[in-house]
Formats: sequence, C-alpha cells, structure tokens
Amino acid sequence: MDIIITSNTGKPIYEQIASQIKAMIMSGQLETGAPLPSMRALAKSIHVSVITVQTAYENLQRDGFIETTVGRGSFVSARNKDFVQEEQQRQAEEYLQKAAEIGRTYHIAIDKLVEILKLFYEGDD
Amino acid sequence: MGAILEVQGLHKKYENSAFGLRDVSFNLPAGAIMGFVGENGAGKSTTIGCILNTLVKDGGMVKIFGKEMGDGATNIRDDLGVVYDSNAFPDHLTPDKIASAMRHMYSKWDDTLFQNYLQKFKLPEKQKVKSFSRGMGMKLGVAAALARRPKLLILDEATSGLDPIVRDDILDVFLDFVQDENNSILLSSHITSDLEKVADYITFIHDGQIIFSESKDVLIYKYGIMRCTAAQFAEIDKADMLAYRKHDYQTDVLVIDRQAMEQKYRGIATDNVTIEEIMLMMVRGRSNG
Repeated sequence: MDIIITSNTGKPIYEQIASQIKAMIMSGQLETGAPLPSMRALAKSIHVSVITVQTAYENLQRDGFIETTVGRGSFVSARNKDFVQEEQQRQAEEYLQKAAEIGRTYHIAIDKLVEILKLFYEGDD
Repeated sequence: MGAILEVQGLHKKYENSAFGLRDVSFNLPAGAIMGFVGENGAGKSTTIGCILNTLVKDGGMVKIFGKEMGDGATNIRDDLGVVYDSNAFPDHLTPDKIASAMRHMYSKWDDTLFQNYLQKFKLPEKQKVKSFSRGMGMKLGVAAALARRPKLLILDEATSGLDPIVRDDILDVFLDFVQDENNSILLSSHITSDLEKVADYITFIHDGQIIFSESKDVLIYKYGIMRCTAAQFAEIDKADMLAYRKHDYQTDVLVIDRQAMEQKYRGIATDNVTIEEIMLMMVRGRSNG
C-alpha cells in the first residue's frame, strides 16, 4: 500500500492520508474487513505526528469508511454503492463550489459557467 | 488518556534579574510528543529545571505520572529520561564504561537496548567520549536516556546544532519510543521544522509566559496569516486579529480560524502558517489584547 505525502499541494497531511485511503477503499484495493496499519506505526513510517494520523482515521471513521475498535485497531467498513456515489458527488461539489466562488469574485455570469460545465461534461467529440 | 506531566501555575524569579516565569501551566497527555518552543531566553530551560526539581520553584505545582515532583520523589525519577544540549558524560569514559556505571545506578537499565542504540547510531563502544563529535555525544545521551526505559523523555535543546541526518535518526528513535502509547516526550527546541514533523502538541513560551499550548494540526491548519493591503487591514475587525505585523508594502495578520476569516473577508490572500511564522508574529508583531 502506498501513501504519498507531498508539501506541494495546499492540502493538510491528514487530508492527504484520508483521501488516499479512501481512494484505495473505493477502488477495491483495500477490501471490506481489511486491517489498516495502526496509527502509531503509520505515523512512524511516514514520519508525521501521531495526532495527524489520528485526525485522518477519525475523518475516515466519521465518513463511514473505516471502523475502529479500541484494542483491535481499524478496519475497512462494509461498502455500499450509494455511499461511494455520494462520496464522489461530494468531491464534484467541492470543485464546483470553487468554480462558483471564482465566478462570484470575478463577475463571471452563472450562465457562462453552466455553459462551460456542459461543454466539459458532454465532451467535444 | 490522562496527563503524564502536569505543570500548574509555575512561578520562578531570579535574583537581580527582571526575568521570571509567570504562571506557566500546560499538560502533556500520555503517548504524545510535545514541542516546547520559544526564543533563546524565553524560559524553556528554567521551566524544565523547575519540572525536574533541579531549580527551586517559587510557586506552582509539577505532577509527573500523577504524583507531585519534589525532593523525595525518587520513584518518579526512575521513569524519567533526560537529555541536555551538551555531552553530560566525563571525557575519559567510553560507552562501554558508561554502561557499566549506569547498570548500577538505574533499576531498569537495559544493556541490550543500550547496545542496540549504539549500533543503530554507529557509536564506537570502546572510544573515549572526548573524541566524539557533537552529534555523536547527543546520540549517546539519547541512547543512555532511553536505555533506562523511561516513560517520560525530556530533552532540553537536544536536537539543536545537529545536522539534518542526525536529527532525522533521532526523530526516528523518538517515533519508535512513542509506539508504546504510555510513553511521552517533552522536547524543547527552537528548530521548529523538526517539531512540525513529529510533535503532536506545541507549547509556546515567551518572556516567561505561556502564549499557547495547542495541538500542532490546529496551529498549522486552522491558524492562518492574511496578507493585507493597507486598505484591507483597516477593514479587519481588531477582535479577529491575534497579532499583526506591518511591513513596507503589506501587513500580515495572524488569525485563529483561517477558513472563517476567508469567508468573512473575501479577496484577502490567506496562507497557512508555519510554527516559525506564528512565533515571529507573536514575538515581533503587535497583538491586540
């Protein structure tokens, strides 16, 4: 399993950890019931503080991707198709929100933005 | 998880000096690494001296493992490992000889563990400490402190002045040490990049007072610096500013909740902060108290 931490994105390290584990769960690379490395072991191997990994795991748990049992560790939760769909929609929303903010700040008309989105979605073939 | 180290209302004054600790309080939870930062002369070593009872405090209380630290608390000392910024061993001793002395001094001294650290740090067992480089002396100090199998490791400026390779080796050993979630580390330093890597909490002392004691992730991801033009600066509510610093062409404003401020003041460029920048802002900048 690979977890790449970069300082190149503005993303917090705990988010980088969480999103990569999420991606592995969604792609099926990490299957239901698969154990995750212990927080302390992961912190040591990627040289970050324990509290950072803990935040990542807490977010994954909050979003229903993993389950943590005291004393046993963390495991991938049973997957659910709607859930995956929902997560992907959430990601798309995030980008759209950014686009909307830029539009509002720089006075780009909403119609123009919708038009651009349509163009991208339908492809240029 | 309870606190391994509790410092409450510590006061300490020196004769003929205006400097003193004023109401220093913070808690170190079990299993955590805490970075204790501040500029030279801010009171880091004085605080550590008061914690270890090597300095007589004027007021306040220090509890380690839930018990009050004092002259008679020898059982606490058995679970403490301490490393200072300079080599603490007599020049003419070799690591071998140090081990045979320590064996008799500390009930939990672990020879095998000490040998392992010597190997890991590539320290020659039969060479006199006198000929050691600063990095080697430091590593020896860390090896000797950890071989006592402490539960709390306290380091006073121990990683300062070391090259990045040695610091990395030592940080690796620290992360190993906290694999046991009952073990904790208090690490005073002014090299903040190390702390940004491994510390769970940052406690910042300035002029004898604690400015904040906070989770590192909150500091570096929640705090922010707004880079303002003069006009933008004038618009910002004083209550939102933790500190500000005016430069010739821009004014930097330190804020606690970066995201909320981005929403509230649209169009102002906002950066994440580093611990170093927070320190600079708090010490050099002007605060709005």
